[in-house]
Amino acid sequence: MNRQQPIVDAQNIEKSFGDLKVLFGVDLQVAPQELVFIIGPSGSGKSTLLRCCNLLEQPTAGTIHIMGEEITAKGVDINQVRQRIGMVFQSFNLYPHMSALGNVALALRKVKKIPRTEAEALAHEALRRVGLSHKASSFPNELSGGQQQRVAIARAIAMEPEVILFDEPTSALDPELVGSVLEVMRELRASGMTMVVVSHEMRFAAEAADRVLFMDQGLIVEQGTPEQVFNNTQHDRTRSFLSRVSGN
Amino acid sequence: MDWEVIRFSFFNLDSIAQVYPLLLKGWWMTIKLCVAVVPLGFALGAMIATVHSFKIRWVNWLLIALVDFFRSIPPLVLLIYTVYGLPLLGFDVPAFGAVLVAFTINSAAYYGEIVRAGIESIPAGQLEAARSTGLGRWQAMMHVVLPQAVRNVAPDLTSNTLELIKATSIASVVALPELLRMGRVAQGLVYNATPLIAVAVIYLLMLWPLVRLLSRLERRVLAAR
Repeated sequence: MNRQQPIVDAQNIEKSFGDLKVLFGVDLQVAPQELVFIIGPSGSGKSTLLRCCNLLEQPTAGTIHIMGEEITAKGVDINQVRQRIGMVFQSFNLYPHMSALGNVALALRKVKKIPRTEAEALAHEALRRVGLSHKASSFPNELSGGQQQRVAIARAIAMEPEVILFDEPTSALDPELVGSVLEVMRELRASGMTMVVVSHEMRFAAEAADRVLFMDQGLIVEQGTPEQVFNNTQHDRTRSFLSRVSGN
Repeated sequence: MDWEVIRFSFFNLDSIAQVYPLLLKGWWMTIKLCVAVVPLGFALGAMIATVHSFKIRWVNWLLIALVDFFRSIPPLVLLIYTVYGLPLLGFDVPAFGAVLVAFTINSAAYYGEIVRAGIESIPAGQLEAARSTGLGRWQAMMHVVLPQAVRNVAPDLTSNTLELIKATSIASVVALPELLRMGRVAQGLVYNATPLIAVAVIYLLMLWPLVRLLSRLERRVLAAR
């Protein structure tokens, strides 16, 4: 495989919900092992862009290639594609009627068709990676928010995806629980996982991101290394957003 | 009226001794009918609700029309159509089969509406999470949404099942030898109403546990709120 080929290559993505246009032609390329951070005010279209990448939202226009395969083409088996794109949601979305282990093992068994015992062994391994081996048999309502989100991350990594999309993974967490989730994301990063993260955790972005994109009103206003975007800001809109989120 | 007449007409143990094999036969037929129709009606209803949740416009239009139609038709009318109509159309179905078809269609319309409400009570994020891992829409419904949906509407489902079991007595009108029908036959043999009292007692024994279950489920749902 060509090492230079982007994992995600979205070109000129537009998205409208009825009369409301939220994306006005956005490009997003994500290289292997890259961590791309998307920031911006609410309503800027950053979550929509992320959700277009695995077609939870169907773009109104534009093309998306995942590992060189055009997923926006007609007749693509989207379930096949989604196996290779993990997603972590703001509200965790764990299945409340299944144990942590069951949550992680479900897609292994039903999508990858791995026999139960083997799937559960893989699920255990994924839970170990997020530090929750001891919670395998707990149900979501018995776990803290941070633990639930780590189970959700285990659910994504168990499928061995090429990239994981994080949609505000810490926004629903109490402040003291954010650290444990960021720690898991840091370790994923160190293991070479390709990640696209929509988040307001600016300190984490500064420390972990390869590239930061600032979006506003359905467009990418500015992008670059965290150093460039945070310390050598080019646009007023970015500057005013950054000053608002940092509370200065 | 003196006690002796009441005892003879309504609590006549000699009559019971004479006709109890008929009543047991009828009871068995009712059991067979329920054991077939409850799972079939529920499965068809859950399938209708699942397809409805896919939000394909023309399919939903069709489903709503069908469900409305079968909810508007009295079950007895539907029953007479299937029992006397299907043979006229050239389908050689036995009475049991025709009754089964009528009750399955009728109950599926009701089960379907209940399951649909259950599906709508589940946050969209559940389906999105399931689909994001590559589960197809049937798989996601089967393993993630429906188990939660059914739990949320368990009292309504139980209540509907109760009504359905009671409604199977309508099949006596089309001469299916179920419990009520056999009770009427027995009544004709012994010339008193005791077999009908026995029929009522059998229905009571059969349904009372379900009634208890229902009120327990209702309490649980109330407690969960």
